[in-house]
Amino acid sequence: MYEAIVFLPLVGCLIAGLFGRQIGVTASQWVTCGGLVISALLSWVAFYNVALQGQAETIQVLTWIDSGSFEADWRLRIDTLTAVMLVVVTNVSALVHIYSVGYMSHDPHQSRFFAYLSLFTFAMLMLVTADNLVQLFFGWEGVGLASYLLIGFWYKKPTANAAAIKAFVVNRVGDFGLILGLSAIYLTVGSVEYDTIFAAIPGLADDSFMFLGAEFPIVTTICLLLFMGAMGKSAQFLLHTWLPDAMEGPTPVSALIHAATMVTAGVFLVCRMSPLFEFSQDALTVVVFVGATTAFFAATVGLVQNDIKRVIAYSTCSQLGYMFVAAGVGAYEVAMFHLFTHAFFKALLFLGSGSVIHAMSDEQDMRKMGGLYKFVPVTWVMMLIGTLALTGFPLTAGYFSKDAVIEAAFAAQNPVHMYAFWATVVAALFTSFYSWRLIFMTFHGKSRASNEVLSHAHESPPSMMIPLFLLAGGALGAGAMFSSLFIGSSAEGFWAGAILTLEGNTILEDLHHVPAWVKFSPLVMMALGFVTAWYFYIRSPETPKTLAREQELLYKFLLNKWYVDEIYDFLFVKPAFWIGRFFWKQGDGRTIDGLGPDGIAARVLDITRGIGRLQTGYVYHYAFAMLLGIAALTTYFMFGGSH
Amino acid sequence: MFGIPVLSIITFLPLVGALVILMIRADEEVEARNAKWTAFWVTAITFIGSLSIWFGFDKTTVEFQFVEQGEWLGGAINYHMGVDGISMLFVILTTFLMPFCILASWEAIQTRVKEYMIAFLILETLMIGVFCSLDLVLFYLFFEAGLIPMFLIIGVWGGARRVYASFKFFLYTLAGSVLMLLAIMAMYWQVGTTDIPTLLAYDFPAGMQTWLWLAFFASFAVKMPMWPVHTWLPDAHVEAPTAGSVILAGILLKMGGYGFLRFSLPMFPIASDLFAPMVFGLSVIAIIYTSLVALVQEDMKKLIAYSSVAHMGFVTMGIFAATTQGVQGGIFQMLSHGWVSGALFLCVGVVYDRMHTREIAAYGGLVSRMPIYAFAFMVFTMANVGLPGTSGFVGEFLTIVGVFQVNSWVALLAATGVILSACYALYLYRRVVFGELEKDTLKNIKDVSPRELATLAPLIVATIFFGVYPLPILDVTAVSVDNLVANYQAAVEAHEVAGGGTFDFAWAGFGR
Repeated sequence: MYEAIVFLPLVGCLIAGLFGRQIGVTASQWVTCGGLVISALLSWVAFYNVALQGQAETIQVLTWIDSGSFEADWRLRIDTLTAVMLVVVTNVSALVHIYSVGYMSHDPHQSRFFAYLSLFTFAMLMLVTADNLVQLFFGWEGVGLASYLLIGFWYKKPTANAAAIKAFVVNRVGDFGLILGLSAIYLTVGSVEYDTIFAAIPGLADDSFMFLGAEFPIVTTICLLLFMGAMGKSAQFLLHTWLPDAMEGPTPVSALIHAATMVTAGVFLVCRMSPLFEFSQDALTVVVFVGATTAFFAATVGLVQNDIKRVIAYSTCSQLGYMFVAAGVGAYEVAMFHLFTHAFFKALLFLGSGSVIHAMSDEQDMRKMGGLYKFVPVTWVMMLIGTLALTGFPLTAGYFSKDAVIEAAFAAQNPVHMYAFWATVVAALFTSFYSWRLIFMTFHGKSRASNEVLSHAHESPPSMMIPLFLLAGGALGAGAMFSSLFIGSSAEGFWAGAILTLEGNTILEDLHHVPAWVKFSPLVMMALGFVTAWYFYIRSPETPKTLAREQELLYKFLLNKWYVDEIYDFLFVKPAFWIGRFFWKQGDGRTIDGLGPDGIAARVLDITRGIGRLQTGYVYHYAFAMLLGIAALTTYFMFGGSH
Repeated sequence: MFGIPVLSIITFLPLVGALVILMIRADEEVEARNAKWTAFWVTAITFIGSLSIWFGFDKTTVEFQFVEQGEWLGGAINYHMGVDGISMLFVILTTFLMPFCILASWEAIQTRVKEYMIAFLILETLMIGVFCSLDLVLFYLFFEAGLIPMFLIIGVWGGARRVYASFKFFLYTLAGSVLMLLAIMAMYWQVGTTDIPTLLAYDFPAGMQTWLWLAFFASFAVKMPMWPVHTWLPDAHVEAPTAGSVILAGILLKMGGYGFLRFSLPMFPIASDLFAPMVFGLSVIAIIYTSLVALVQEDMKKLIAYSSVAHMGFVTMGIFAATTQGVQGGIFQMLSHGWVSGALFLCVGVVYDRMHTREIAAYGGLVSRMPIYAFAFMVFTMANVGLPGTSGFVGEFLTIVGVFQVNSWVALLAATGVILSACYALYLYRRVVFGELEKDTLKNIKDVSPRELATLAPLIVATIFFGVYPLPILDVTAVSVDNLVANYQAAVEAHEVAGGGTFDFAWAGFGR
């Protein structure tokens, strides 16, 4: 059964990808969607068996790499952590597949699109079911490939191509750390299998090793290297630049890959590696710090963006920061819980915005929307539900998970926990503001769209609406339904050792005992954000414009995303090309060839030419040379030769 | 096996084929066709025949297998052939790539077809001979003689600057080889034989090792090619016909790595240990420097040529890490690079045959008219990038893991190659394949023909199959590599115990 969950998407991908032309679009859709729906249903069975009945297991598929003592197998490890991810990945993916049938119906390359979607799902499933770090890395890179292909799906758009490469390369920067982390683990533990690593780490907790010519604590180094990979994949601050650009891809892709599943792989990695991170307080501190910074940074940028998808992208970035804060303070369960609920409401928001974009004839700029609730009322309701869940309205999914993150940050022992607490609280205010700003700019007020566009505005077909309904159900109910399992009283039995927390780590208990003002702060922030957004965009639409004019510097700073892209372009991209050209022309051309083969050839020519010139053909030249020679010889024998 | 001289048959079958082609006499057109078909079938049969040594290979022994021995040149130098876990797969790689080379030349070569095919078949014999020789002189003969057909292939059937390129290629490699010849003579005077198994068992004095190592290094470093003696490669690739590039990247480059594994590491372990830091340095420079250079190339073939140098940096780094993972990764990387870079050159050849330019700027948007081509190119690009699940990953990854155990700085710097390779490979792919198809010249370009598909499809299969299931290759090499690494470590340790600091003792060799 577990094999079916993982490999059905691969089968669908291969059929649709290789024979898409022969079998046609409809058949490709059936194959891929069918495979995913079966996978999704089976994943609930898996969830029941593993998470609720406690029957974790590991299935050997095939030997992969075997070199000396280095062994990595293709193996499926199904424990609670995996089961949760299976449910998230297959269900969101299945819904996105179905949604795409409607959304992509005008596209000439649908078979290819569905093949890529299924390829992505397969890779993601390999990632979450991995039993060793190398297989995880396979999935890790596999989702990167699928993401690259899907962002660049509309290959004629130069911006899409650039975004695709950017996504791949920035992720590779993270992978660089991951590869080194993997190597370090193999060096110190002698294996890349999870169980062996987890068993060995407690013994290494206080040890250090030589790394880059200096002494470093083993566990912290490994954790930080792995976290670098996680930062790349989960678009954390400094490695986040690819995520907003990734919105060039079709909207279902954004929902599946860049909101619900792939970008959460980093969070999953940290939780999966909890038996390592638990032994390194320093690494956890870094995780908290980066997470909190990202949560705040992305939320500030989200405040001023005008592209509907980019707002949600920055929101995703910010929410991923929340997850890392939770993981960093030792509340891995809370991180996973927020990952779980976030998948529903963020996919809902993306697919909802896709529905808006679909209705607006592919317009994404919110400045050209407004007043749409009359035209697409169902979509409007769906977006409202998503927004409520994201902002943490009581009893929606986000209310349970996001508030738990903030409370965990407050209750934690971590050195930077108060920074994380305030960053996440302020980010909650911003989240509420930009979410409602999105709703108001898109659906309310006076319409700024052309009549031409409005005359075509229509509600989406059922294949697009049904996934929205199901996701909306999750966004409303998933929190209340699963809260006690994930982070409540039944948590210990539920996780059944899939996440390791040390004796002293009582955060899951502590977060329920924070002061009342802490508990209420997210709620207050949500209300405050709502009111501000309402005032800015409904009550007094001139205010934001005046504010932007008055605070131009700040506005520009936020609008240009803190200028991170420009800095990177200046620091890395331009120099890389410049250095490359320098090495090529000066290094290879002038120095190596110039002094080497070409230089020698030229010197040989010079010498032969010189010798040739000596041979003038005049007898008196030769006679003179002989005379000189005789004189030299005579001198030598007279003065030097006698000794 | 059953007393049949399998290795000799595989080695000399192409030569026989060349003789047969030589005897073809007909009109130009018929002659060309017959020459092509003969060459194709000879190479195909050679490949199928060579599979017998893979199937018949005993993976559990470190001894040389399929050994043949005969007197030659008065007993001092023998005709001695055999393969072990290190060399066997290179034989297969050679015979595997040859039929594709013939197919790739099918329409691209229009002049002197007969001579072209003869050159290729002779080249095949010489290349297989290199990997099978168990006598140093025999090895040297094959190694050097291989230059001649390659020189001709570039010089006669090459592009505009073919003469410059072929001379550069020839002189570079010859200069390196001359030193190797001196070393071979020195070894003969020292040991009294040129028999490789005997030499492998011989314990060279540490001081002498230094000299011999350097002499061999000169030759292999050029072949590899390592930075800074790599500049012949881009020129040679650019000017060579497609099939020439495939052989060059696929097999000739591997002779350097094979030489390190066959001679430098096992015969001169102390010197190898001494010079390993230098090799690491050069490897890391190769990876970073040539990757950056690849990024700014405007010629498709040059870009791939530079990326080859970077990939070979991983190989040298892995080999001289002298850990099981490093060496196995190095071997795997060489094999994988053999078909992946070969395939990339075939991909360039496909569009070159249509447009007669290799300039990247002349392309763009090919996917619209050539979806199958785009797919194949994507697979090989990803293998070049080292994506897990393709064969490119296994070798690259194992070498990094292997070298990390020895020196984390080297591993760290080499791992930047992971980022850089993604940059130049995807940037190339984007400029050639993606984008709007705007250029008028490309409006009628056709997707791959069945013949071209036949050359690319098996390579796609190999790339993915060995990426997912590399065991057939790793298994074959395991015992030999373990033995190599164990002997190496033992020799280095024994030396350290016996003679104090490795450093002074070996450097003293310079004084003699």
